[in-house]
Parts: sequence; structure tokens; C-alpha cells
Amino acid sequence: MGIKSIKQRLLRERKAIQAVNDGYVIQVNDLTKKFGDFTAVDHISFEVRKGEIFGFLGANGAGKTTAIRMLCGLHRPTSGSGMVAGFNICNQQEDIKRNIGYMSQKFSLYNDLRVWENIRLFAGIYGVNENLIAPKTDALLSRLGFMSERNTMVRELPLGWKQKLAFSVAILHDPRIVFLDEPTGGVDPLTRRQFWELIYEAVSRGITVFVTTHYMDEAEYCNRVSMMVDGRIEMLDTPRNLRSHFGVESMEEVFTRIARKATRNDD
Amino acid sequence: MQAKVLKYLLEKEFKQMLRNPIMLPLIIALPLIQLVILPYAATYEIRNIRIAVVDNDHSQASRALEEKIASSNYFRIVLQASTHQEALQCIRAGSAGMAIEIPADFESDLIMNRPVSVYISADAVDGTKAGIGASYLGQIIRNFAEDVVKEKAVKGLIDVVHQPVPAKVEAVPLFRFNPALDYKTYMVPGILAMLLTLVGGILAALNISSERELGTLEQIKVSPVSKFDYLAGKLIPFWIMGLIITLIGLGIAYLLYGLIPKGNVFTLLAFAIIYNMGFTGFGLFISSVAKSQQQAMFIAFFFLLIFFLMGGLFTPVSSMPHWAQYITYLNPTAYLIDAMRLIILKGSRFSDLYPQFWATVSFAVAFNAMALLAFRKTAD
Repeated sequence: MGIKSIKQRLLRERKAIQAVNDGYVIQVNDLTKKFGDFTAVDHISFEVRKGEIFGFLGANGAGKTTAIRMLCGLHRPTSGSGMVAGFNICNQQEDIKRNIGYMSQKFSLYNDLRVWENIRLFAGIYGVNENLIAPKTDALLSRLGFMSERNTMVRELPLGWKQKLAFSVAILHDPRIVFLDEPTGGVDPLTRRQFWELIYEAVSRGITVFVTTHYMDEAEYCNRVSMMVDGRIEMLDTPRNLRSHFGVESMEEVFTRIARKATRNDD
Repeated sequence: MQAKVLKYLLEKEFKQMLRNPIMLPLIIALPLIQLVILPYAATYEIRNIRIAVVDNDHSQASRALEEKIASSNYFRIVLQASTHQEALQCIRAGSAGMAIEIPADFESDLIMNRPVSVYISADAVDGTKAGIGASYLGQIIRNFAEDVVKEKAVKGLIDVVHQPVPAKVEAVPLFRFNPALDYKTYMVPGILAMLLTLVGGILAALNISSERELGTLEQIKVSPVSKFDYLAGKLIPFWIMGLIITLIGLGIAYLLYGLIPKGNVFTLLAFAIIYNMGFTGFGLFISSVAKSQQQAMFIAFFFLLIFFLMGGLFTPVSSMPHWAQYITYLNPTAYLIDAMRLIILKGSRFSDLYPQFWATVSFAVAFNAMALLAFRKTAD
């Protein structure tokens, strides 16, 4: 890599840090994604503040996953603009990828690698220094209480453990923001509780959390919640304000009220 | 490209490859089974063709000819038919593959040195068998006719001096470089080429699409790994695997058939490596465009079948129709099979093989460029 490109990269990083210092890790304006005639995401605009837990809610097919994929640099937006971790989502996708963590609903560690090998692989991919990988691995495993599973093949772990491990791996490189796409699907309430403890721990380390979920009790844990309907953001506020806006007791009811407006079917 | 990241990716790929329970048996068993079974099974030698005989002459000569046909290893007389119709019926029913009709004046014509016509009919549903059978039979009859003429001459029945044997144009094929026309040694280089094609085309094609199905590909795409690193991490293990399979294949060919490449082994390996690089690129291209492993498998199979069938492995390129021969110019497998045969059987030097070499290099570059273009970290 030439000096010039390193210089340019440093310049971009500095700009990015500046933007983050201004208080927003995500800023999105009129973001739109069309697949042919179908508008999956329809002119959405919102901001996510640093250190926030931002809930991204919506029925299946509302366009959540497409929106997340644009924010993570996996999809190019059809129109609109946005910054994630200080980088442009239209043309600086690889810079974004260096500064975010991502955990999808589909479990995505390697089943045929051991626990420590998965940690080592992703640490290496995110440029963690070789000498730091071993101590980081130990710290991660002892925090999770997984020390004895160090040499276990990942496929042999129970689902809840896998998800906790996947989350810990996703934030191993201390990203500015971590995207969690339905991270707790299919696990028991106790494990979900533990998972959220990990999320709070990450927030205390200064990591912003962007999370989608179908569990309304989890929506309550978020600082702010956006509700997506038919590709648009229908409402965005704190859980408390949303409840009082509709005059209901729970997020469950808020969700039902808003999702009822949907005309789109499940996909 | 970052050497550091590539190191972690290679570590991962090798661990996964070695842990895959079918991978190691595959590396050994694939070349072994193919090299043991195929050269024997895919032979062009034809034996035991069932034949119906219509003898209209019932002479000493006609019986001698029948005996000669029966005593060859190639034919088995299954029916003495009284009419041509009966013999054809027999072919139609499938109980005979060929029929021969000896004309009424066979012996006398032979002795008088008049032209003799023997009718041969063959069931050409299996065209190769019919063609080869007819030419064997023709040869037996010609030899027989010559012998008869000579014999009569010795016995003084024909005045050789006054009635010379008609001048004959005789084609004497001289098979060079494979003097015994041994199909086993002819097949071995082609099978090595086929193994390399399978390693790249199928295994590499399935690799990325399996990561896509498992969801790990998305995790990679959302990471800062460059696509060069990722693809190199995928390609390099297959290059090494291809090299190992080639070496094992050559070892097996030596142990089973005593086949030692006449040409330079390093030239051979250079071809094998570059070709294998090309085909792993081809496999990765397929797995980048395919949506599932099933699709990848189907696309890969479609192309490999064409590459094999039009590559001169089973049927020689030179006996294809002209338009088909032009298509083989676009077939990377044809160049490799050709080069492998020339190196192993003929002992061709590298300098004899420039066309094959540059073709192989071009395909390798093109396939890998396609893979690189098709693999996108950010979808539109």
C-alpha cells in the first residue's frame, strides 16, 4: 500500500472521527432501495446517536434487512444518502466495513472450526495484531465463562452459546457500531436476558448498537425505537413516548397498532 | 492485498479442508479408481461380436473362411443362415451384431482370380462397434484371399508366372509413439486431465456456494477482507490439492501400467498447475454467480460434460466434424489432454507445445478474471 493511499485513508478516518464526535454514528437521508419495480426501502431518514441502543422494528417484509444491508455496505442504495461511522454508504463501503460489527439472524461463525479458531480468524480479518489475539481470546472467553469450550468445535455448542459467541466476535475489534439482525431468534428467555447483558456491556464500552427484533420486551430495552411499515419509517421515538402516544401499556400494542397499517404481505 | 489477512484465511481453508471427512479419501481414491477402472473399461478394442453367416457356396474355401473368422478373437458365429433375409432378421432381433454373406461362386472365383464380393452387414446402432467390426472382418477376408491365392500357386494350380497375382495397394498403418495401440496408456494422460478438471470445476464451484448457504459468506462480505484476499484464500488450497492429485496420479500410472512420462515431468507439472489454476477460477466464477450449491453443481456439470466430450478424451478431435473441431478451439480441456498425451507418450519438449501452453495460460487468466469480476462484496 502506497504512502499516498495511507495518507488518504488517515484523512478519511479523521473526518469520520469528527463526524462521530458531532454525536451521530448513523445519519441517513431519503435512503431508497428498489429491486426492479419493487421499492423495498422507501425514502427513510433518521439519525442514531453515539452510544445509543437503537431498535429497528417492523413486520417481516417491511424492509428492515434491506435497510441494514445498505447501512453495512452490502447493498448500494438506489437513491438518497447516508453516513455510517463517518463514512459514506454510497461509495465508502469498505471503510464502513472496517468500523462496524455485524451479526445476522443466520448464525455465521464457522461450524467446522474450533471456538478459538473462529475468534482468531475474525480477529485476523479485522486486523487485530497477532500478539494481541491470544490475550483478547482469553479475555473474551473468560468474560463469557467459555474457557472450557476453547477447543470445542462450534457446531457442538448449543444455539444460545453460539449466539453469545458470535456477538462477542462481532465486537472483538471494538467497532464504532454493531448491527444485530434478530440476534436472539429461537433462544430461551434466560439466554436472551444474558444476551442483553452483553449488549449493555458493549454499550458501556462506547459501542453503538443497532438491533432488529421481533420480541417486544426487547424493544423496551432500547433507547429509541423506529417502526418500519412498507419500506417507510412510520414512527421513531423512545418506547415510553410511543406507548403514551397510542395510550397503551406495552410495546406489543404499539407494534400491533402500527403494523396494522401495512398493505404489503409477508415475503 | 494484505499478506497478513491472507494468512488467516489460508489457515482457515486448510483446517476446513483437512477436517472434511471425505476430502483426504477423495484425494487418494479419485485418481486411484479412475486410473484403475477407466483405462480398462473405456477400451476401443472390440471382442466377441456375434455374427450370422450365410454360406451360398458350401465349398472348402467358404468353410475355411468361416473357420478363420470363428478362430479370431473378435467374432463368434451364432447362426448359419440359409438366406440373407434370415441373417438380417437375426440382426434385427439383436441376436447378432453382424452378418456376412459368401456368394455362390466364391471358391471358383477365387481360384480363377476373378473379383470376389463378400457382403457384410453390420448393426450400426453402435456406430463405433459396427465400423471397427466391419474393418476387422474386411481384413480377415483379405488375408484369407491372399492366402488362398498363394496356396494355389504353391500347389501349381495357378501358373504364377503366366497369371500374376493382381497388383494390390496395401495400406500398412504404422502406429508410432504408442506402438501396441495400447488404449490404457492412451487413456491415462486424459484421465489425469479429467481429475484436474474435476478438482477445480466441481470442488471449487461447490466451495463458495456452500459458504453462501451457511451464511458465513455474508459475514465475510461485511468484513473488510478484500476480495483478492478472499479469492486467493479459496484458490491456493485447490492449487495444492491439484498438484498432489497429479503427482499421485502419475505414481499410480507408473505402478499399474509402468507408464513413465517420456517428456519432462516439470513441463507436465507446469501444464497441470496452470490448467488447474484456470479451472479453480472457473469453479469460483460459477459459485459466485450461482445462488445455491445445487445451481452451482448443475452449471459446473453442464460445462464439464461438454469439455470432456469435446476434449478428445473419448473420441479423437480429428474425427469430429469440422464445425465441432472449431468449437474445440474454445475448449481448455482439449489443449490440456493434447499436451499431456504429447508429453507423456511422445516426449514432446516444451518448445513443441507453445500453442497448447499459451492457450492454457489464456484460459487461466480469463477464468480468474471472470471470477474476480463476478465476486462482489457490495451488491447493486
